[in-house]
Amino acid sequence: MKETKIFLILLAVFLTAYFVPFSQPAVQSAIVEAFLMLQEYARLHVLSCLVPAFFIAGAISVFIRKESVIRYLGPRAPRLLSYGVASVSGAILAVCSCTVLPLFAGIYARGAGIGPATVFLYSGPAINVLAIIMTAKVLGAKIGLARVIGAVGFSVAIGLLMQIIFREHDDKVRNGAEFAGEGAADRPLWKTALPIGAMVGILVFMNWAKSDPSVKAWYAVYRAKWILTAAFGAALVWMIAGWFTKDELKEWTSSTWAFAKQILPLLLGGVMLAGFLLGRPGHEGIFPSSVVAGLVGGNGLLANLFASVSGALMYFATLTEVPILQGLLGSGMGQGPALALLLAGPALSLPSMIVIGRIMGTKKTLVYIALVVVTATLAGLLFGAWTH
Amino acid sequence: MEIKVLGMGCPKCKEVGKRVDAALAELNVSADVEKVTDIKKIMAYGILATPGLVINGEVKCSGKIPKLEDIKAWIHEAAAS
Repeated sequence: MKETKIFLILLAVFLTAYFVPFSQPAVQSAIVEAFLMLQEYARLHVLSCLVPAFFIAGAISVFIRKESVIRYLGPRAPRLLSYGVASVSGAILAVCSCTVLPLFAGIYARGAGIGPATVFLYSGPAINVLAIIMTAKVLGAKIGLARVIGAVGFSVAIGLLMQIIFREHDDKVRNGAEFAGEGAADRPLWKTALPIGAMVGILVFMNWAKSDPSVKAWYAVYRAKWILTAAFGAALVWMIAGWFTKDELKEWTSSTWAFAKQILPLLLGGVMLAGFLLGRPGHEGIFPSSVVAGLVGGNGLLANLFASVSGALMYFATLTEVPILQGLLGSGMGQGPALALLLAGPALSLPSMIVIGRIMGTKKTLVYIALVVVTATLAGLLFGAWTH
Repeated sequence: MEIKVLGMGCPKCKEVGKRVDAALAELNVSADVEKVTDIKKIMAYGILATPGLVINGEVKCSGKIPKLEDIKAWIHEAAAS
C-alpha cells in the first residue's frame, strides 16, 4: 500500500507540473493568492486564535472526564437527557474528530439508541471547540453562532426523526451494560473549568474587534482589551502554578502538541487550496467569482440545496471548512448557502457515508443523509433570509 | 497470547499500539498483536469509543490511551493465567 501511495503522489506531481499552464497570468495570480491567504492566516489567526484554541482543546481532552458525560449516552439514560447531552457533548467528546464515528457506533449499537447516536453524529463535528472558535474568528460571530445553534437544534430534530422512522431498531438492541465510568475525578470540576474559562477569556479579549465608537459598551471593552487579556493571563498563570502537577502539565502540552501536529498541516494546506481556487475575499482565484455567485450566490432554494449537497459529499479535514468558506464568501457566496455548507460539510463526506453505512445499514444511512441535506438547506434559507 | 488494538487509524490508536509493543518488549513476552480497523469488527467488541485494547478476548480498556504500567500489568496477568 505504501509503495502505491508514493507512486500516486509522484504521478500527481508530475501531471500537475506537466499540464498546469503556469505561464498564464490567471494561474500565476492564483498561486500568489494561495500564498497571500496563507500569510494572512499566519499573521492574523495562528497565534491569536489557533494556538490558544489548541491549548483549550488539549485541556478539555486531558482534564475533563469523558465518563461523566458518556453516562448520559448509555442504554439506561433517561431519553430526554440523552438527546440534550448528545447535542452538546461534542464540545467535550469530539475534540479529536476521529472519535466521532467510533463513538457514534458505540452509542448506536450499545448505548442510548439510534436517536441520540445520530444527534451526536450530526452535532459532534460542528460543536467541536476548535471549529467554533475558528468559525467565529474568521467568518464572523453571526455565522459562528448560527452554526452552533443550527447544529445543536437540527441535530435533535434529526435524531428524533430517525428514532421515529426506525423505531424497531432500539427495541432490538438496548440491552447493553451501563457505560462504565472509571474512577472518580481527582480534581474538583471548578479547578478544571476555571483555567479553561481563563483561556477562553484570553482568546475572546485578545481578539476583541474594534467597533464604531458609538456602540458604547463594545467600544469600551475594545479600549481595555489588552488589560483584560493580561488580567486573564495572570489569573491563568496563577492557576497553573497552583493547581496542576508537573505531570499534568506535561500531559496537557503533549495533547496540545498532538492537536497542532494533526490539524495545522491540513489546515494550512486547505488555506492554500482555498486561496488558489477562490482567492482571498475581494480577489480572484482560478474560479471566477461570477461562477461562484451564479451557483451559490444570493439565497435561492437551488443555491442552498447545491451548497448543502456539495457539503455533504465533500470531505473537509478538521477546520478546513473555514478557509474554504472564507474563499467562497469572498467570491460571492450568499450567507444562507454558506451556513448550509457549514452544517452539511463537516457532518458528512463520501468516505464517512460509507463507514456510516457499514454501521447503520444502507437504508438508515440514506435517510440520515437526506435529513442532513434537507435541514442544512432549510437552515441556510432561514439564515439567508434573516441576514438580509 | 492474543492482543488486539481496536481503532480506525487515528493518532490515539497508533499510540496504544506503540505502548503495547513497548510493554511486550519490556516484559520480554511475545504475543500476536493485531490492529483491528474495520468498524464492524470494532463494534462487535461492544466498546463505546476507540481506542480499545483486547487481551485474549477480554476488553481491558476503551475510550482512552491506557498507561504503560497498566498495559504491562494486564499482559503479566494474561501470561500468568
